[in-house]
Amino acid sequence: MELTREEESALKGEQGEIMQMAHRILVATGEATDAEKLIPIEWAHLSGVNYNTIGDAGEEFLSSISKDARVKVKTTLNPMGFDIDNVSNYDLDENFISKQLSIKNSYEAIGVTPSFSCIPYEIFDVPKENTQVAFAESNAAIHANSYDNLKTNKESAFSALASAITGKSPYSSLRKEDSPNLSIRMKVSNPTELTYGMLGFFAGKVGDTSVNISGLGEMDRRQCKAMCGGMGTSGTCAKFLFKEEESGIEKIDFNEKEMNNVFDELNTAEKGDIVTLGSPQLGLDEISDLTSKLKGRSFKKRCMVFTPRMVKEQAKKLGYTNELERAGCEILSDCCTCLTPLINKDNVDAVTTNSIKGAFYLKNSNGVDVNLKSLVEIVEDETR
Amino acid sequence: MKKILVHGKVNGIVLKSEIPINFLGTVDKKTGVISDKNHDLFEKSIANSVLVFPSGVGSSVGAYTIYSIKSNNSAPLAMICKKADLTVATGCALANIPLVLVSEEKFSSIKDKEKISLDTESKELLQ
Repeated sequence: MELTREEESALKGEQGEIMQMAHRILVATGEATDAEKLIPIEWAHLSGVNYNTIGDAGEEFLSSISKDARVKVKTTLNPMGFDIDNVSNYDLDENFISKQLSIKNSYEAIGVTPSFSCIPYEIFDVPKENTQVAFAESNAAIHANSYDNLKTNKESAFSALASAITGKSPYSSLRKEDSPNLSIRMKVSNPTELTYGMLGFFAGKVGDTSVNISGLGEMDRRQCKAMCGGMGTSGTCAKFLFKEEESGIEKIDFNEKEMNNVFDELNTAEKGDIVTLGSPQLGLDEISDLTSKLKGRSFKKRCMVFTPRMVKEQAKKLGYTNELERAGCEILSDCCTCLTPLINKDNVDAVTTNSIKGAFYLKNSNGVDVNLKSLVEIVEDETR
Repeated sequence: MKKILVHGKVNGIVLKSEIPINFLGTVDKKTGVISDKNHDLFEKSIANSVLVFPSGVGSSVGAYTIYSIKSNNSAPLAMICKKADLTVATGCALANIPLVLVSEEKFSSIKDKEKISLDTESKELLQ
């Protein structure tokens, strides 16, 4: 990799230990992904916030760098393990709470905006076309590359952190013009967000760094997010294109059969003890739509709704949170279905959700069974 | 040396494995001992060795484990792999542990327990 004189000096330690470490991370990542140089980025979004995922080693690391490290560009943050407003309502152990708070404090000391959201593309202004960013959250990286006309690698927690501190990122293949070597033909009719989640999950498995998908039709925001979430969960593919006909590249179909295979892999229960909505977290559109779907109805069981704090505050002003709480929803900010310590197999056997991403992590990390249904089916079956 | 991911210069004794290592969960953070029964380095400590193995596997959070073993003075002096993976790359970068990639032939020629010296400046790997 070619480095500028300034980058060489940082790598040698002439700009302090933190800059040296950050440059070591960028160089190692760049060499591993065949990047030829570092380029400036304007926005970093960090993962590695939930104590459930980064553990003691992560907590200690962040605490030690937080004394000196400061971000150089706008930097936003993924969800953590709980909603800071109602920690005491959940049976979380002291150690979890104190370690999670330490992680939160470290990121704030570094200068990160404590957004605790996995949908930065929906709650912050999206910069102009072709802006280089560094997003570590997989659904956000895919959304940025595929819908927002931004450019990002599918960053790791470490490369995104190093990018936040240096304002730079390796110029890897996803940042350049790329042409996918595979096209998936979407053949399932009347798709719901669940179908798009499964399509994303399928595409993530078969796709390389990017994939074309034809026959998508009009998709609403919920469906787009479901597809990005599904794709980010199953592989390393970090971009999809929507060209109708791609000649000269391999084509495969996504039909009922492929869809059912994904369904059977992730759906392990006939019904759930609780319902969760939001993975990725729900934006204001989805909260508004959910409110109107629940008019005059209420949940027969517990329903957890995950949404960013910024959205929750807007929803409050618009009267949506009152309505949702009336319908029996428990609205949670700062955290998400994925990897939440709020759901575990000691108190829950199975969860009903419309999220493929949520299903994957509930099953593999929380160890609970999952019952997959679209939102329309959830409202029909689980409310009265 | 095919590629240099993290620079440095060390002399040490090779600890070689033919099996990829999942740092998250199979390497003890305090002692550097491998706890995976199915691994060819089971019950061996990777501390202060020149660790030669095909590549890392598993969650990228494993990078924090590499940082931890370094903080606990139980890390390898250097790592030599066949294939690049982001967990080991970023872990070695966080912890400042020299990391290089070598060809298949070179990898096969390195023997367990032999002395090795590594210098990324001169790009030399002397057995």
